[in-house]
Amino acid sequence: MPQSAVENPAGTDVLLQVEGVTLQYRTPERQVTATYRVDFDIEPGERLILLGPSGCGKSTLLKAIAGFIRPVEGEIRLKGAPIAHPGPDRMMVFQEFDQLLPWKTVRHNVTYPMRCNGVPVEEADRRAVQVIESVNLSGFIDSYPHTLSGGMKQRVAIARAMAMRPQILLMDEPFAALDALTRRKMQEELVALWEAVGFTLIFVTHSIEEAVLVGSRVVVLSPHPGQVCAEINVDEFGGPNSSGADFQAVCGKIHDLLFPSAAGEA
Amino acid sequence: MSSHAFDSTGAGPVLSPHTKRQDFTRKVIPASEIGPIEVPLSWTRRIWNSSLARRAVILVVLAVLWEGYGRWLDNPLSFPTLSETLVTLWVDLISGELLARLWVTLRILLMGYGLGIVLAALLTTLAVSTRFATDLLSTLTAMFNPMPAIALLPLALLWFGLGVPSLIFVIVHSVLWAVALNTHAGFTSVSNTLRMAGQTFGLRGLRLVTGILIPAAFPAILSGLKIGWAFAWRTLVAAELVFGVSAGQGGLGWYIFEKRNLLETSGVFAGLITVMIVGLFVEGVIFQTVERLTVRRWGMQGS
Repeated sequence: MPQSAVENPAGTDVLLQVEGVTLQYRTPERQVTATYRVDFDIEPGERLILLGPSGCGKSTLLKAIAGFIRPVEGEIRLKGAPIAHPGPDRMMVFQEFDQLLPWKTVRHNVTYPMRCNGVPVEEADRRAVQVIESVNLSGFIDSYPHTLSGGMKQRVAIARAMAMRPQILLMDEPFAALDALTRRKMQEELVALWEAVGFTLIFVTHSIEEAVLVGSRVVVLSPHPGQVCAEINVDEFGGPNSSGADFQAVCGKIHDLLFPSAAGEA
Repeated sequence: MSSHAFDSTGAGPVLSPHTKRQDFTRKVIPASEIGPIEVPLSWTRRIWNSSLARRAVILVVLAVLWEGYGRWLDNPLSFPTLSETLVTLWVDLISGELLARLWVTLRILLMGYGLGIVLAALLTTLAVSTRFATDLLSTLTAMFNPMPAIALLPLALLWFGLGVPSLIFVIVHSVLWAVALNTHAGFTSVSNTLRMAGQTFGLRGLRLVTGILIPAAFPAILSGLKIGWAFAWRTLVAAELVFGVSAGQGGLGWYIFEKRNLLETSGVFAGLITVMIVGLFVEGVIFQTVERLTVRRWGMQGS
């Protein structure tokens, strides 16, 4: 297995460092500061959640890690090397269903990025079959994306990203456009997949529950411009413990961090 | 839920109180006793449901009208009957004259069409890479797209003389702008997500264009190719009507022109029918097949 967790069995090396990162983007009218001097580290095998209200720059931060945006201040380093541009070592799963290539079947959507990066045909196909099975889509391997439901499309996108065996898997609210039941199921499946395969994940969400369910550690960002206001371990709350009093307590704690004034009134 | 819930608040709608109605269960009639639930449609109705059949009926009606009017008029010089036209069409097909003329036209057409597409591809590739080239493309298309290609023919004759190069020049003009405009519109409408997905695969520059942009914009490119084809076909036949013959070999337009000069009106009609059939074949068979194998299969176009 090529996962970084195995490459760094001690589990203490930092895989990705975000150091004092300020991000700005321009709209036609103004220049907006999305995040201000954000710091955090990710160790191999972690499921790190970037959590914050809309407009806290969490998606912008993820795009910067993916290499689409350059920080105006600070640096993002993957294994010590600054990130310069997008690349297959940081595969990304988007929120939108149209991230799949409509002109390719499920199988070829998964093999295409591997073929672009010089993985031989047989090897790419073998990996595709395996990873498509792990997201329970074997029956749809030769279907075109437009015949799949939203949840299935997102599973294909996850499979496609995992088959590349990236250093880090980036997910930008991948379940936000799904219905509530499917979303819950996908969250559980993602954690199960992590337990089976073991990858490093950065996952952006604005749902506290989703953060606690999916993540092992949550970075809480303040609104506009985003700054890190807390990091909280939530590793023990996934799976079967997801409805207990402890779970409610940690959700409440994060809620109070995100909405300090409401906590004061209560 | 009580119907009095909103009564006294003043804010919500006031529901009129209603009596609590009785629950009931009822026996339904088994499906076997209702009679046939699914009945196959009669064959006449099924045939009438296919658009092919309806179109065939329209064609037959038109043919009967033509034949009838032609016989009633009884003036083969101005309006030959359908049967006369079909006989001429058949004779000229068998003798090979029509096919030879058609081949001359199609050869020039394919050369011009191909060259136009290559130029359009170059122009749009440039246009997606720099903003200046985008403006160049949109300015040029705005200027030249509304200009009928046939209006350039006098200029073409001046520059390239009587011959194939002039024809190719006007065809390129009629293809280039339509294809370039549609392709560029297709490229700009490719979703940002798809672009970013391609970039995370490590694709950049020309590989991003060929791997992501072209297939994603294929519906728009295809409709550009269709428009370009129709423009080129009309332009060429018209241009041939104007001077047509080059090096002793005239095309389809020249065939029509010649038959008129000889007062063989049924030949004129046979030529026109050939023009129509070729247009229908390319549109209805070639482009339809490409569409079925690509954009419709990929779900990128309705139905």
